[in-house]
Amino acid sequence: MSNTNQFGYTIQSELSESSRIQEEIMMLLRKLGFDDEDLADLHIAMEEGLANAIKHGNQLDASKQVKIEGMVDGNMVKIEIEDEGEGFNPEEVPDPTLEENLDKPSGRGILLMRAFMDTIEYNDKGNRLRIEKTCSIQG
Amino acid sequence: MASIPTRIDIQQADGVTVARFKDRRLLDEATIDLVGNELYALVDDMGCEQVILDFSEVEYMSSSALGKLIKFHKKIQSVAGSLRLCSLKPELQKIFKVLALHKVFKIDKSLDKSLKKI
Repeated sequence: MSNTNQFGYTIQSELSESSRIQEEIMMLLRKLGFDDEDLADLHIAMEEGLANAIKHGNQLDASKQVKIEGMVDGNMVKIEIEDEGEGFNPEEVPDPTLEENLDKPSGRGILLMRAFMDTIEYNDKGNRLRIEKTCSIQG
Repeated sequence: MASIPTRIDIQQADGVTVARFKDRRLLDEATIDLVGNELYALVDDMGCEQVILDFSEVEYMSSSALGKLIKFHKKIQSVAGSLRLCSLKPELQKIFKVLALHKVFKIDKSLDKSLKKI
């Protein structure tokens, strides 16, 4: 594949909007012929990134928006998610795999994104996330 | 009276409840809320104490769905019950391992094994 595909959306901070937009993006990525396992990983990472932006970033405030920008360059998928929140320091999120945090709710989304993506990076403010993954093409 | 579950199949025998998730993906919040409520009702409304969750249909789930699972586990513990998980697909096993949740839950390869161990 040598084509570059770009997409962009702005949604209200509602989880139903997040689901709708993810379906659209997954449909586009499926058409490009990526491997099912890589698509599943991307779907999980997008869900976690968008849920964090809507719930924690924009505090479920429907008047605030979330911007999603994506680019597919060959086998590489890059998605950026930006909210209007105060931002946060991902280094300060408790490690959910520590014994004392195992039954606490926070931090799992970031850890899942780290596990399933090649790159996960926040801007300095902590309100813009970039995830990247190089995918295989379905044989 | 408890409503009839729509997202999980329930079978009961010899005091053990087997709940099988019907959804392939536990990702969107509306589905996760429904699944969570149906799980909680097993303990709160139906009085189940020995529960096996069958994940054979589930391909992947979000951290939010895992949060419901952890809350359900606590409910089971609060009634001194027992919970086992079975038939996790490789992608789900990866999620549980990454999050160290295999330390929290008792996980078996198959429903038969869970039925023997519970």
